[in-house]
Amino acid sequence: MAQATFRIWRGDSSGGKFQDYTTDVEEGMVVLDAVLKIQAEQANDLSTRWNCKCGRCGSCSAEINGNPKLMCMTRLNSLPLEKPVMVEPMRTFPPIKDLVTDVSWNFRVKKTIQKFKPRKPDFEDGTWHMVQKDVNRIQEFRKCIECFLCQDVCHVLREHKKFDEFIGPRFLVHTAALEMHPMDTADRTKDLKDKHNVGYCNITTCCRKVCPEEITITENAIIPLKERVVDEYYDPLRKLVMKIIGS
Amino acid sequence: MAEYQTHPYDVLVIGAGGSGLRAAIEASAGGATVGLVTKSLLGKAHTVMAEGGIAAAMGNVDERDNWKVHFSDTMRGGQYVNNWRMAELHAKEAPDCVRELEAWGSVFDRTKEGRILQRNFGGHRYPRLVHVGDRTGLEMIRTLQDHGIHQGIEVHMECTMLTLLLDDGRVAGAFGYDRERGRFLLFPAKAVVLATGGIGRAYKITSNSWEYTGDGQSLAYHAGAALIDMEFVQFHPTGMVWPPSVQGILITEAVRGEGGILKNKEGRRFMFDDIPELYRNQTADNEEEGWRYTQGDRNARRPPELLTRDHVARCIMREVKAGRGSPHKGVFLDIAWIKEKLPNAPEHIKRKLPSMYHQFKQLADIDITKEPMEVGPTTHYMMGGIKVDAESQMSTVPGLFAAGECAAGLHGANRLGGNSLSDLLVFGKRAGHHAALFAKSQGSTRVDEQLVDRTANEALVPFERSAGEGPYQIQHELQEMMQHNVGIVRVEHEMELALREIESLKQRAAKVAVYGNREFNNGWHTALDLSNLLTVSEAITRAALERKESRGGHFRDDYHDKNPEYGTFNIMVKQGPDGAMQISRVPIPELPAELKQVIEENK
Ligand SMILES: Cc1cc2nc3c(=O)[nH]c(=O)nc-3n(C[C@H](O)[C@H](O)[C@H](O)COP(=O)(O)OP(=O)(O)OC[C@H]3O[C@@H](n4cnc5c(N)ncnc54)[C@H](O)[C@@H]3O)c2cc1C
Ligand code: SF4
Ligand code: SF4
Ligand code: FES
Repeated sequence: MAQATFRIWRGDSSGGKFQDYTTDVEEGMVVLDAVLKIQAEQANDLSTRWNCKCGRCGSCSAEINGNPKLMCMTRLNSLPLEKPVMVEPMRTFPPIKDLVTDVSWNFRVKKTIQKFKPRKPDFEDGTWHMVQKDVNRIQEFRKCIECFLCQDVCHVLREHKKFDEFIGPRFLVHTAALEMHPMDTADRTKDLKDKHNVGYCNITTCCRKVCPEEITITENAIIPLKERVVDEYYDPLRKLVMKIIGS
Repeated sequence: MAEYQTHPYDVLVIGAGGSGLRAAIEASAGGATVGLVTKSLLGKAHTVMAEGGIAAAMGNVDERDNWKVHFSDTMRGGQYVNNWRMAELHAKEAPDCVRELEAWGSVFDRTKEGRILQRNFGGHRYPRLVHVGDRTGLEMIRTLQDHGIHQGIEVHMECTMLTLLLDDGRVAGAFGYDRERGRFLLFPAKAVVLATGGIGRAYKITSNSWEYTGDGQSLAYHAGAALIDMEFVQFHPTGMVWPPSVQGILITEAVRGEGGILKNKEGRRFMFDDIPELYRNQTADNEEEGWRYTQGDRNARRPPELLTRDHVARCIMREVKAGRGSPHKGVFLDIAWIKEKLPNAPEHIKRKLPSMYHQFKQLADIDITKEPMEVGPTTHYMMGGIKVDAESQMSTVPGLFAAGECAAGLHGANRLGGNSLSDLLVFGKRAGHHAALFAKSQGSTRVDEQLVDRTANEALVPFERSAGEGPYQIQHELQEMMQHNVGIVRVEHEMELALREIESLKQRAAKVAVYGNREFNNGWHTALDLSNLLTVSEAITRAALERKESRGGHFRDDYHDKNPEYGTFNIMVKQGPDGAMQISRVPIPELPAELKQVIEENK
């Protein structure tokens, strides 16, 4: 049977180091399989999160050879196995232990976004009229599995640590899903501008590139939100200025 | 004295899947202070994995549908050992529960008229499953989560409960630990709702995650509550079989709902070979009719691929045993063939079954729009569990409620696809409502310090055994053993053997060793889950031995047929005064005349 070596980060909030584990690998395996096998056979106390094993729950996010990925959807045959496979936790979030990071910030941020506020039902049975083409766009956003890989790569969070000011791509997608919901009546543009600082995003598209759900985060969610902010806050102002200088 | 943090609530909800979230929302709306604990992060519970849909007789696609048909379908699917009152409430209340989800922001797929679209599923007479592609569970859990976080519920993520507390026979809260730091937590509560899900991890091949270790059933059992129907485990007919690392991962029934067919290696649609009497009237007798059914022809009858799961799973086993299976001991599930019928079939398949397309492409290098999939049965769902009162969901222990997969009754001997997500909503809501009422009507409870201390000490001893067997070895052996001896096909002597094996595994589990420290130590967590797994495995085996017939999910090689006498009672499991597991038979109350008639009319 073939073997491969996995260089896994072991440590906690006080620091850590990479440790090599060599294990048998077989056809079809994904990185999560290897990690769980190592856990069961060589390192019972190795910490990792997982649930579904098929890319639906967003629990098993990690950085594999430096790329943010779901461990359960990363096939070993997509990696060069002649050298050790590096497996480390998402680096943007504080480490808890080994591959497990403290992602609780994300759950707190979500609470700061104004909740869904529906208009009155259209039908007598308390339901609403919406046809498929009205909901296609937000169904794309609602595919999000909250793996937080997009948050992990966003430089505003990763390098600039703007956790108190910027909600990150995941929650811009969430806000977009609410704002574009055909039933919703709340207005989140002021928050987007002042509190959630959509302006910090400079459309590098790094987030979109890592999204395992292939959500077009930047083009479909963030840019339209930026446009809303511009329309609501900057356009009227420009119009007013234009009026005064008389063009 | 154990050190712990204390968080008191009126109502403590254990489990944050669909049922737990729904219960917490309702209890909070009822004016109770509510704590919600979950072993994983919020939004990661099993509910997130559900694919096909939520069963609710809304009649949006076929106006002939109504609660009576849904009720009759559920009873027929459960082979009439269901709690009929639960089946009635479920069928009546599910549509409103779905509407509630829409009002909280769910965006389901739509009909041309702009209403909620519904799809066909096994055992449901009309298109009934409300869905979003093949990611319905995600839509549901996210809606409940996003609504729930604004309802004043306190959520404790990644906390595992080890025991329930009792005060004079009444439930008084729960005690456990947080996984992150390994600290102990005490939750005194006036009422507790168990919403902990299933038991799939007792088996080797399963669609279930590490979380499904039967905690709720085991906690309730040890608190003196009765369990019923533990012999009824659902083996879903279509799990992945290849490559080995994905064995057991689910392939939604929606593949068959959209026209997918099952074939053996000779290319034969073997499902036509054996159509049970109970379903003959409702099943197509030729391929063309079956196809028309999946395409919405209201005069066509369903193809045999959409018979109930227990039956389809056994037919697959039969083919494999007879040497007519696929290369990796499964059979073929083919959706690609619909290109003979539909002009843009590949696009259609990708739109209707996006996750399936993705899953096979990425995990098995198979393009399901071009090639058939290889499938075989996988341990999927637990029909049995905590015995509850139909109206309130209270167990036999005062103040202890249960909802969702860990509770029993609704599904009888076999659950219909889609009936779980609706179960979570209907009975999660009821459990939350009644738990809040109960909490309000009762005084505070006293904490059993002795039990707390004992539980904490027992949880920590594995660290003191530096040398010894690790938890994974024991878990794997149990899974292998249950798969083999108490699996899809059961026979007395194998189950007797299973009981002896469980005894010896219990001894080994009592000596399990873990190393490292208490911070997010997966090995330690696995060690602590072992006793729950062993308890439910024993309950399944004892109940299965007692039921000397074949019915629904329970198939006995030594008693192939259904025995009408066994249709008159449920099998109950309870801890006896001596601590040993006791089995008894509880008669099923007679169906009221109106419901009998409803069933008669829908035969
Ligand atoms: C792949 C798959 C597809 C499915 N598709 C469908 C479908 O299309 N339609 C359908 O109706 N059903 C479907 N089902 C079944 C359905 O999803 C489940 O039965 C249902 O989601 C269970 O919900 P629940 O609320 O009972 O529990 P879960 O959603 O499993 O939640 C259990 C919760 O309890 C917590 N918990 C457990 N033990 C403890 C403890 N000791 N301490 C603290 N917390 C604890 C867990 O952390 C979790 O939060 C599917 C199941 C699977 C696996
Ligand atoms: S596009 Fe914007 S949100 Fe996405 S990674 Fe770049 S800066 Fe961050
Ligand atoms: S938007 Fe994509 S990358 Fe970001 S959390 Fe959601 S699924 Fe993950
Ligand atoms: S385990 Fe669920 S996404 Fe990987």
